[in-house]
Amino acid sequence: MSTEVAPDNTSDTEQPATYKVIGTRPIRHDGADKVTGKAVYTDDLHLPNMVFGAFVRSPHAHARIVSIDTSEAEKMPGVLATCTSADLPDPWDKVDNLGEGCVNYAHLSGNVLARKKALYKGHAVAAVAATSSHLAQEAARHIKVEYEPLPATMSVLDAMQDDAPLLHDDLITHTLGDEPARPSNISSHIQFKKGDIDEGFAAADVVIEREFKTATVHQGYIEPHVSVALWNEDGRLKIWTATQGSFVVRQQMSELLKMPVSQITIVPCEIGGGFGGKISVYEQPVAAVLSRKCGRPVKIMMRRDEVFEATGPTPGSFMRVKLGATKDGKLTAGKAWLAFDAGAFPGGVIGPGAMCVFSCYDLPHATVDGFDVVLNKPKTQAYRAPGSTHVAFATECVIDELAEQLEIDPIEFRLNNAAQEGTRRVDGPVYPRVGLVECLQAIQKSDHWKSPLTGPNRGRGVACGFWFNCGLKSSVAANVNADGTVTLVEGSTDIGGTRTSIAMQLAETLGITAEDVIPQVVDTDSVGFTDVTGGSRTTFATGLAAYEAALDIQRQMVEQAAQIWECSPDDITVANGVYQGNGRSLSFKELAVQADKVGKPIVGRGAVDPQGSTNAFAVNLVDVEVDPETGKVTILRYTACQDAGKAIHPSYVEGQIQGGSVQGIGWALNEEYFYDDQGHMRNASFLDYRIPTCYDLPMIDTIIVEVPNPDHPYGVRGVGEVPIVPPPPAIANAIYRATGVRFRELPMSPPTVWNAIKGQNTGE
Amino acid sequence: MKTHVTTTINGGSVEFLCQPRQSLLEVLRDELSLTGCKEGCNNGNCGACTVMLDGLPVNSCLVLAVEAEGAVIETVEGIAEQGHLHPLQQCFLEGAALQCGICTPGFLVAAKALLEKNPQPSEQEIRFGLAGNLCRCTGYDKIVRAVQAAAQTPEAQSPGLSKRPGLLSRTTQTEAKSL
Amino acid sequence: MIEFEYAAPTQLDDAIKQLTAAGDGARVLAGGTDIIVQLREGLRSADLVIDVKKIPELTQLEFCGEQGLHLGASVSCRRIYDDENIAAAYPGLADAVRIIGGWQIQSRASVGGNLCNSSPAADAIPPLITYSAQAHIAGPTGRHVVPVEEFCTGPGRNVLQQGELLVALTLPPQPSGSGSAYQRFIPRNEMDIAVAGAAVWVQLDKRGERIERARIALSAVAPTPVFAAEASEWLSGQPASEEVFAKAGELAKRVATPIDDMRGTAEYRTHLVGVLTKRTLATACERART
Repeated sequence: MSTEVAPDNTSDTEQPATYKVIGTRPIRHDGADKVTGKAVYTDDLHLPNMVFGAFVRSPHAHARIVSIDTSEAEKMPGVLATCTSADLPDPWDKVDNLGEGCVNYAHLSGNVLARKKALYKGHAVAAVAATSSHLAQEAARHIKVEYEPLPATMSVLDAMQDDAPLLHDDLITHTLGDEPARPSNISSHIQFKKGDIDEGFAAADVVIEREFKTATVHQGYIEPHVSVALWNEDGRLKIWTATQGSFVVRQQMSELLKMPVSQITIVPCEIGGGFGGKISVYEQPVAAVLSRKCGRPVKIMMRRDEVFEATGPTPGSFMRVKLGATKDGKLTAGKAWLAFDAGAFPGGVIGPGAMCVFSCYDLPHATVDGFDVVLNKPKTQAYRAPGSTHVAFATECVIDELAEQLEIDPIEFRLNNAAQEGTRRVDGPVYPRVGLVECLQAIQKSDHWKSPLTGPNRGRGVACGFWFNCGLKSSVAANVNADGTVTLVEGSTDIGGTRTSIAMQLAETLGITAEDVIPQVVDTDSVGFTDVTGGSRTTFATGLAAYEAALDIQRQMVEQAAQIWECSPDDITVANGVYQGNGRSLSFKELAVQADKVGKPIVGRGAVDPQGSTNAFAVNLVDVEVDPETGKVTILRYTACQDAGKAIHPSYVEGQIQGGSVQGIGWALNEEYFYDDQGHMRNASFLDYRIPTCYDLPMIDTIIVEVPNPDHPYGVRGVGEVPIVPPPPAIANAIYRATGVRFRELPMSPPTVWNAIKGQNTGE
Repeated sequence: MKTHVTTTINGGSVEFLCQPRQSLLEVLRDELSLTGCKEGCNNGNCGACTVMLDGLPVNSCLVLAVEAEGAVIETVEGIAEQGHLHPLQQCFLEGAALQCGICTPGFLVAAKALLEKNPQPSEQEIRFGLAGNLCRCTGYDKIVRAVQAAAQTPEAQSPGLSKRPGLLSRTTQTEAKSL
Repeated sequence: MIEFEYAAPTQLDDAIKQLTAAGDGARVLAGGTDIIVQLREGLRSADLVIDVKKIPELTQLEFCGEQGLHLGASVSCRRIYDDENIAAAYPGLADAVRIIGGWQIQSRASVGGNLCNSSPAADAIPPLITYSAQAHIAGPTGRHVVPVEEFCTGPGRNVLQQGELLVALTLPPQPSGSGSAYQRFIPRNEMDIAVAGAAVWVQLDKRGERIERARIALSAVAPTPVFAAEASEWLSGQPASEEVFAKAGELAKRVATPIDDMRGTAEYRTHLVGVLTKRTLATACERART
């Protein structure tokens, strides 16, 4: 069930516009290919003379690499090349922004192939190319690596200790104040301050401080990482790959291999999920080097266990959050101390985590300290609203407890303190018009909220979530065809229907149908620079580029019409795709057919770089039932409400909300990296890393609130990421009402829940 | 040593040579260019490689290609007929039941098998029947609805779809007890 | 995957000859849902894989009320629950085969394979134990029969000697007034390995009020699936009541010697034995009455 809600307090300037295309639900342009098995994903490519690569990976969580001997593997018939970090250029210490986070190329290079040390189990150490994938795997076992195992450190708090094993002996903490003299595993300390927390807490009638822990989790996309590289004899490198951002792959390849971007072409194939995990390169540089060495195209596809152990999960965390409020339900102050695991190299998601921790509330006084901590796990990466889910779990659970102590309805308490236009976040920015209040009100008005929950062992929980949503660079070209259709050439890889949501904005602007637009995602030589499909930016920013391209087309069409009708362009009006002037009138299509015969081709261009964030809020409501004998939690009913700004294609907005909510449910209940005392992940498979199946879930009801984004012609905010944020705290709050136990650790898996219920019953 | 295998795939006779260690998935994709079935985990846990083998859905990554001697195989490429999408394919498109699309072929093959066995499944029967297929994008809501919608189409209720040779036509399935 | 050879004999004798000749390097393939994964992941090796699905005796599935069930070793889970008569007569077995993997797995996986894989967490083995099923084994020295209860000897290990092959399982006919059930605990609702499992078979008196005989078997709480003898014996003559089910659950815990691992702690698993035994007893008694 889905409901679309226009906010009650829509101002005059926000009167909902009537659209012909936006808000409808056309069939996606790539749909037929994807339901018939014709869509080409990277692993579907089979280039002539192609060979296959496989990795050698560290069996230790932390070890010095004493030696690597590839000679035996190289002697095997059918083995064509091997590769170690010695085959990569010496990396430079340079930091770049990849759209959903920054990367230091020295670290990236060391992650792609380990240099002196292997820093986590599964860390790539060498690779081999052979004529079949079976042979490559076999040859990899014949590459002899001698290791000197070192003690490993596996949790943030342990890794922060003075006596913890050091991963990088040159790692000095980045901090705003004095830099420490000694290296440690703390790569950075960030701090945000607003007001005076002592004053704030002094004004509070109730103060609650709690500690929270979350486990490492993986994005869990179904398509493993896979690439095909062809390094030609002319020095040009072409890579077909599964990526969220072809241009950022090009950028990373250029820096890692020290070659100009113009020598590299990245062809983005259809991509089987990413959620932030397919931005960093892993196998691409290795496939490239192997191709250079053997002169043939090389395909490398990771096994599922490699995906879990050696790509970028999102971090485990330790958090302490303190909030104070007055008797009448006003928050007075907040304090957060956050330590996130970065994985084996610095640069985790602590930055956005620290910025999001109090982002839903108007807090007069607050301090946030965030620590980025390296340890012997794979380098962490973004996962859908990176960092925000962690901190929402902490904050929203404390908020719920405060509301309870103050005997205020949990939604009313949130409404009392909700961030709105003019609220300044702890990290500085002041919100423009945002939709949190409207989302809370929409939940209050929902059938779900109004239907009482009855029955034993059942509980209802609510929680809010925030994600920035970014702008960044996007480019499109739009070519008007002789039949009046428009081919839309774009650089945003389509991970979930954005071809259509972007094409619809072009169609709306031109007054044609969505079906009259033919969107094409092309390679890096065929369109202008476009940032990643990430940051919930694609429908917003690439949509904005399409809007610009449409206006450009419209200007050219007006000129052509003026030429055909022998009048001034100023005498021509355009409305709803109908061009009128000099007493005549033609539809876009009719005019395009005529224009093709008389004038120059019509090519629209759009290139944008919108700054700042578009600010997405979500509120979730969930009913659970807990089996007190087993600790198992069943989701009975779920309603996810979100401010989309404007839902271009409501079905795909609902889909983002539903998919993100279910990822959040998985994170809340069962997903975790289970490490043994050797630092080895024990559940690197879809059997034991338990993402939800359809049999674990009810339908996910959605409520789309539309508070238009003032910085987009159609009000788009972007929708992809924030849905994952509220589920863990909403479920924790619901479990509390079902069991009387507050859970402050993720996942809330059956053994954990049972243990806590038992502890409560026995007074432990 | 390669073995010669003769099969029927999507209605046509197909012969191939394979090594015993090659999975059916590998041969379908790499030797026969039937790349519609996908590799998601290669150990039977995600269902992206689902194909019909002698009328039953299987994970093709857990079948040796040599086992397929004499077998009748249907893949996602064989679902649409004579230029027409199958009702399930149409309902997946209309209901936006796919995002990245990598799991879609496996879901379609499994859902088609489900409807052939049980033309009017309940929501819980659909969820149980498709539990062997993982999707990370959609949260399954729209997939379940698309299967429900397909079951309501006239084509799905015609005998042609529910009584293909070699398929079981039982209509009841008790839900399994699992805590 | 490493290279191996493949054979698909159509006669039992040929299979045994091939198995014997290949010695340690031979692996039997029925549904393949365990062995193919194990070969791919290097957990087991093979020089020769012998596909036994073309041997008539191993694919035979026969049931009649008086004789009981003859279950060829390579018969798929799917064939068992698709037969309404078998599913009705052996509901505990039907419970198990419906939840082994997803549907795609059940099309291929066999109960015989589940037994020969001898995982402590095998779902199909506890019900077989409760039915006092017999394993029929053929080998170079002839045939013999082993109670399923004695078949597994450790995690992944069993009584099969080199050259021997499981041919079939036989389950005795089910008298009226009997009932059975299997439940496992998993964190998800499907696609998981049992954290703990309990199978129960009961024979009630004519009025359906008193338990005449009961057999309880457990999975995932010991190196092999285990028969809970003390709990089973104690149930004889007890009324079929919630209190009795709970007490039997407590007694069943005594044979549980689980380990701590990623699927649960020993304490949790032992606790689950009590819960699952209680619940499956209730289901089995209910089924016995109908």
